[in-house]
Amino acid sequence: MTLLRKLFPHPVLSVLLTVVWLLLVNRFSINSLLFGALMGVIIPFIIRPYWPNMLRMRHPLKIAEFCLVVLWDIVVANVVVAKLIVFRRNKDLKPAWVTVPLDLRSPEAITVLAGTITLTPGTVSSDMSSEGHAILVHCLNAPDPDAVRDEIKSRYERRLKEIFE
Amino acid sequence: MEQVYEILIVFFLVVSGVFGLVGSFGLVKLPDPMSRLHAPTKATTLGVGGVLLASMLHSVLIEGRLSLHELLITLFLFLTAPITAHFIAKAHIHRHVKSEELPKPGGDHDWASLDQSDNTAP
Repeated sequence: MTLLRKLFPHPVLSVLLTVVWLLLVNRFSINSLLFGALMGVIIPFIIRPYWPNMLRMRHPLKIAEFCLVVLWDIVVANVVVAKLIVFRRNKDLKPAWVTVPLDLRSPEAITVLAGTITLTPGTVSSDMSSEGHAILVHCLNAPDPDAVRDEIKSRYERRLKEIFE
Repeated sequence: MEQVYEILIVFFLVVSGVFGLVGSFGLVKLPDPMSRLHAPTKATTLGVGGVLLASMLHSVLIEGRLSLHELLITLFLFLTAPITAHFIAKAHIHRHVKSEELPKPGGDHDWASLDQSDNTAP
């Protein structure tokens, strides 16, 4: 088990690298599958000293659910923001800064959350607090900043917490 | 049948064109830098996504072969767009926003871009 752990420090990363390689080649063959798998073994092995506390995911399958939710929200976000841009006069927009306190602690999970916030409806993650316990979010149009905060916490952070912690 | 495929592909191309246009229009129209940041990070992801979807459909339905390069482009776009936006936002906060204009960061000292004290490293 420990030997296996040493050879494959991060199995999910290995699979991801293999898939990315196959997509880059853009044509499936045993040849490229083997080479991709080789990359998937070598690269995590090399970078392990530089990324010592590599995160282990507790529920990798929940990622699929999270991705679907986020993809759907991105489509909705585009329509909502496009409507705001085209049909709303500038003086009717209510931009606001919102503080989102974080329950997540691992840097990887916070990075995913920040990226998700930027990709979804009318919000851009702008800054971290100096000790890493809150994210500063800018909203394009937020008559009710507390609702925005609660939605981020219940919709994305709860799911990420299930995946990562 | 070919015509139906072409109509589908054209539909996605037109949708992506519209969203690309709206995103660029937003850059011109919105009043301040932070609001302007919203237009390219969102409207454009669907703009590019539409082109990529059309490209995948074209290669599957008309050329008859599977092409998944486009998924990779989507992945890289989703990785880079938020990071770029975050950098621009941080630079803007650092240079033009005062600490008093922002809400308090919970129990912490200040936002990372504005914190002048030396206790930033935990």
